[in-house]
Amino acid sequence: MQRSWRRRFHLPAVIGTIPMILVAVGVFVIGIGFSVLWSFTSSKLFPTYDFVGLAQYRRLWADSRWLVSVNNIWFFGLMSISCNMVFGYLLAVFMDQRIRQEDLFRSIFLYPFAMSLIVTGLVWQWVLDPNLGLQAAMRNLGWSSFSFAPLVDANTAIYALVVAGIWQGSGVTMAILLAGLRGVDEEIWKAARVDGIPTWRTHLSIVAPMMKGAFATAFVLQCVGVVRVYDLVIAMTGGGPGIATSMPAVYVIQLITVRQNVGQGMAAATMMLLPVLVVLAFSGLVLWRRNRRQEARV
Amino acid sequence: MDMAQNGTSVSIQDLSLNFGAVSVLKTLNLDVAQGEFVVLLGPSGCGKSTLLNCVAGLLDISEGRIFIKGKNVTWEEPKDRGIGMVFQSYALYPQMTVEKNLSFGLRVAGLPRDEIVKRIARAAEILQIEPLLQRKPSALSGGQRQRVAIGRALVRDVDVFLFDEPLSNLDAKLRSELRVEIKLLHRKLQNTMIYVTHDQIEAMTLADRIAVMKGGVIQQLDAPQTIYNRPVNRFVAGFLGSPAMNFVEGRLEKHGDGWSFVAEDLKIPLGTYQFDGQPEAGPAVFGIRPEHVSLNSGTGWPFSTSANVEVVEPMGSDTLVWLKLAQQKFSVRVTSERTPQNDEAVTLGFDPMRASLFDAETGGRI
Amino acid sequence: MTAAQITAIQPVQDAQDQTGVAPFGPKPRHVSPGRIGIYVFLVIAALFFLIPVYIMIVTSLKGMPEIRLGHLFSLPAEPTFQPWADAWLHACTGRDCNGLSPGFYNSLKITVPSVIISIICASINGYALTFWPYKGANLLFGLLVFGAFVPYQVVIYPLIIGLSSVGLFATLPGIIIVHTIFGMPILTLLFRNFYAALPVELFKAARVDGAGFWRIFFSIMLPMSVPITVVAIILQVTGIWNDFLFGIVFAGRSNWPMTVQLNNIVNTTTGVREYNVNMAATILTAAVPLIIYFVSGRWFVRGIAAGAVKG
Repeated sequence: MQRSWRRRFHLPAVIGTIPMILVAVGVFVIGIGFSVLWSFTSSKLFPTYDFVGLAQYRRLWADSRWLVSVNNIWFFGLMSISCNMVFGYLLAVFMDQRIRQEDLFRSIFLYPFAMSLIVTGLVWQWVLDPNLGLQAAMRNLGWSSFSFAPLVDANTAIYALVVAGIWQGSGVTMAILLAGLRGVDEEIWKAARVDGIPTWRTHLSIVAPMMKGAFATAFVLQCVGVVRVYDLVIAMTGGGPGIATSMPAVYVIQLITVRQNVGQGMAAATMMLLPVLVVLAFSGLVLWRRNRRQEARV
Repeated sequence: MDMAQNGTSVSIQDLSLNFGAVSVLKTLNLDVAQGEFVVLLGPSGCGKSTLLNCVAGLLDISEGRIFIKGKNVTWEEPKDRGIGMVFQSYALYPQMTVEKNLSFGLRVAGLPRDEIVKRIARAAEILQIEPLLQRKPSALSGGQRQRVAIGRALVRDVDVFLFDEPLSNLDAKLRSELRVEIKLLHRKLQNTMIYVTHDQIEAMTLADRIAVMKGGVIQQLDAPQTIYNRPVNRFVAGFLGSPAMNFVEGRLEKHGDGWSFVAEDLKIPLGTYQFDGQPEAGPAVFGIRPEHVSLNSGTGWPFSTSANVEVVEPMGSDTLVWLKLAQQKFSVRVTSERTPQNDEAVTLGFDPMRASLFDAETGGRI
Repeated sequence: MTAAQITAIQPVQDAQDQTGVAPFGPKPRHVSPGRIGIYVFLVIAALFFLIPVYIMIVTSLKGMPEIRLGHLFSLPAEPTFQPWADAWLHACTGRDCNGLSPGFYNSLKITVPSVIISIICASINGYALTFWPYKGANLLFGLLVFGAFVPYQVVIYPLIIGLSSVGLFATLPGIIIVHTIFGMPILTLLFRNFYAALPVELFKAARVDGAGFWRIFFSIMLPMSVPITVVAIILQVTGIWNDFLFGIVFAGRSNWPMTVQLNNIVNTTTGVREYNVNMAATILTAAVPLIIYFVSGRWFVRGIAAGAVKG
């Protein structure tokens, strides 16, 4: 009974959510549909409907710039997410030890997140600038052989991006994991103390597994950030030296704007979408199965 | 019982605890005999859980000493105090099976494998949780979880069990079932048990002795019946008993060589009342439990008077009759068969021997 | 024999005395190496987070000759606010030398309407999804949440084409629409979760009283939405102010927000790099979200946590 009146078709509700309908269907379905469609065409500056099959994808995967970008995103993603998680978790655990000035530390760890990635990129560009930053400062202090200029070396520039990423993002990881830690029932800690379990062991064997939700949240947040990383690269390295720090997000924008090759750009964008789809489908499946199991139990 | 010869199991001496300027426990002393079941009873915020946490070593105390089995454990870690503890939220490790929950502490302590197996088997048998050993806590009912939590204390093979409101998260029916089980467990194990609760029924049914607490102070420490029948102050009298004790405010007066309690036109001669000390005339509170008052049962009572019934509350096994005595609310508990009607004129009688008199100002027993 | 008799010695206050004094009172606290380690770690971490901004602030107060000396960490010998004034008024992006101020006003013009519109949309969405779900509403919501995870690059080009076809590409309304679109998934999620946590009896009672969709929204739900709206505002203001990608693509040259202007000022390599001016410009760009962050404090953290939680 109740279901029927709530499920009824309410005109005001539909009217009120017209923007949502437009965005959900118009942008996230039709828009993405067009992107995928254009990836099969020979579109240059403007979209055409001259279908060329998978030719754009073949050209994409033969483009060394794209291959470097894909490699970079994997490397950057794995490095920055794992460092972020470890560093953020350590910070959270240490912050949970009844620290004096907790609010001050929290503010310090978190403030970079409030700033634009452009700002972050520029800040670290200067810190790592060989003529201005750390290297110059150390040499000035008399250590003339000191050499630390990761940004000018194609092999190390990406590490600089990782450091900047950690600087910007690990505070958030810390905040999310700290909230997770504080959410754990205090009596669990007491029980572990009575059981004589060392603190580190309690953290690893009991409390960390209880924080699955917080870890997942932090992880997803970072994955989304990594796939979208654009501003940081633009501000810090511009994709250089050369193409050493190019990323798919940068690559697509360049193809659309500078190189005016929409077809191939859309092929690259579609490739970016693919892993997101796979992960979403997988997590959807997991959620669905868990719900079914819970229903079966009830 | 042979608990008396075995001496003291837990001894708390001059224990104080302050959080900053707030004094939570005030110079407490409590000796618990070997094998004794002591219940700490009181309203929330009275310090009873805090006291238990101090005994467990989960809170650092500000002053005083704690002995367990004759050993000064004031500075010991919880695991070295020879205690097991059961928590209100069960505090089971959620991602471990029941068996792992029971064995985790033992494995960390480095006990030999066969000893661990033996202890778990024994605990599982006593608590009848053998079929649950491979399940995770999320797949257990509340009662089963609490049994596992008790099991975790049991496998530690300790002499002192601490219970921190262990039944508060369960519904009424399960609560009464587990209450009986805990009592049976105590009879079987003969351990010392300290049990915190705000539920007076749990306290009355389980305890050898009850410590009624308020404001960080133990108000009265006695056997349940003594506490029930001879409460040392008005707080204890009002906290225990359901329905609650009747209180009538009035004055204590001396008439000739006998004392009486007077409130408006009511005058209760206290010839049979046992005073704690030398009474003095002045404002006082007269307390008597509803079941110690008799309705329409003749005039053989040392005191009887008449009143009109205002409300009748049938409660199944018996009935609560509300009326007014000296313009103050007064209840009488009668068996169902003798239930009067609303507005009926009744006579009520009681023996002041069963009453309690309190100083109106201090609340202390007179 | 009681335990008290075994250790009959009266408690002595001097707990350091080793001669068999029974432990009494609080356990003596030694500063353990572990605790020192924790503080050392936290302080080093704090330095890692603070040093870059310290460098920026001191450098922005120095003149160029002093910067060339290379004393990166030293305080400015002759503090000057000239770089800040230059950054605000005269810094050059290519041929224009108007400083950052036009970017600041552009960001303001973009942020304010975007925040208002996107929050209005999202609160209605969340309300309708919670209390008036029509057939297919949950599918729509699913698509929207999907949109929260999609890489922007997949949607940007169709949006360029779509907005150009209605003449809104590279205009102020265009960029406002874009921000509304990309803010919608997370904000709708935020408001939906908030409304779903309200007691449904509230809604039922209003229905029984005869109130309709809009009446219930404006009279009952909206007044209760203040806390979540504050979180949404913080989230959106910082998000939109900090945006770079949408600004550079959709706003059009004359509406470029502060972040785009900043990047152009700093990364256009013509002539001598005026580090002090660049750093002053960077601080100015970061100022608005930083002020919001420090003023809002715990609300900001809550906003992140709320924004991070998935449905």
